[in-house]
Amino acid sequence: MVRLITHNLLACHAKGCTTNNFPLKLTDVKLALREADFNPDFLRGFLPRVEWDALIQASREIGDTSLPVERPEMLDDDLLRQLHHVLLEIHIDEGSMTCPNCGHVYPISNGIPNMLLAEHEIW
Amino acid sequence: MSRPELQAPPEIYYGDTEAEKYTNNTRIQQIQADMTYRALELLNPPQDEPAFLLDIGCGSGLSGEILDEAGYIWAGVDIAPSMLEVALEREVEGDLFLQDIGQGFGFRPGSFDGAISISVLQWLLNAETSHPTSSPPHRLTRFFTTLHSALRNPSRAILQFYPTSDDQVQLITSIAQRAGFGGGVVVDYPNSKKARKVFLCLFVGEGGGGGAQVPRGLLEGDEAVGAPESEDARAKFERRRQRESRRERNGKQKAVKGGKDWILRKKDLYRRRGKDDVPHDSKYTGRKRRAIF
Repeated sequence: MVRLITHNLLACHAKGCTTNNFPLKLTDVKLALREADFNPDFLRGFLPRVEWDALIQASREIGDTSLPVERPEMLDDDLLRQLHHVLLEIHIDEGSMTCPNCGHVYPISNGIPNMLLAEHEIW
Repeated sequence: MSRPELQAPPEIYYGDTEAEKYTNNTRIQQIQADMTYRALELLNPPQDEPAFLLDIGCGSGLSGEILDEAGYIWAGVDIAPSMLEVALEREVEGDLFLQDIGQGFGFRPGSFDGAISISVLQWLLNAETSHPTSSPPHRLTRFFTTLHSALRNPSRAILQFYPTSDDQVQLITSIAQRAGFGGGVVVDYPNSKKARKVFLCLFVGEGGGGGAQVPRGLLEGDEAVGAPESEDARAKFERRRQRESRRERNGKQKAVKGGKDWILRKKDLYRRRGKDDVPHDSKYTGRKRRAIF
């Protein structure tokens, strides 16, 4: 059950991978839509923490183009609802996330990404 | 039997059968729920907006369910795939990750408003191999430094764990301090063998509301006496606990042991377990005898 809200916080944590390790590239995704309660206060509070470019890139990678490319200045209700949909209702069930720097692949199976590292990748 | 963390690494110990047993045991459920409520009390997240929390060692989602109920949005990590599978079946709301916390987190700095962890840290205290990266101090250091950066400033992390000795507490707190955390250890019911609970209360920066003072642990007599104590020495939420315990006492909401509701519940339970000769329910069940004078 990876959603874009957590994908937007996730960087590669393999050994020595400290620059250009975000955002992880999503490939071969299988999506599922699950409705969630709309919570505008949470979104408003959370939005400053969102890397907008990474969010746009990730949402295009999974085939959603509802969000504007530029970070919007004003938050109206429509936009909040779209954000809510993209961030909290699209679940990635299968697929993989690839680090743009070291190329480590984190497979997502059954909605759970496998973040375990091999022995030589541990700090 | 020896403690579970001494028997096998967590991803093996919590296999399919153990994960199911763990999740369906009502006693464990109750203990986990109580500790999660207490951890939330100590965490004291900002009230004005719903917080985004990290549940470290979320397991089958026993604590996550409580976070859902309380209206928090959360992400959870655990190393046992079987436990996560149970969590999926139970349809918890949070995002789940299969991750070894001793390898550190990859979350961007300032991602979370707080972190809780129920009965997890003791699993980091055993070395699985002789490789230098699997020594407990190394793994703890990696865990605390990455956790520190994943949390917002100011915020808190509340980690409940079962230490076997004071040396372990010492080791954990010293590593946490070196990683940049403030705070300390809160021990609830320190004189009880069973109810004693150790919470590591870690602050990033000022630690959010209530100042950077470590809250006081609960004592056995507290709920009865109402403990007159300076206000800022305790967790902010504690007044709610007192209100609730008072309400329970006055309104008799909880089934009192030995009362009619309690007897009916127990008899029902025995029948469901298929026990023979459970007495019938009648109008006399659980009725008080008249005082004879």
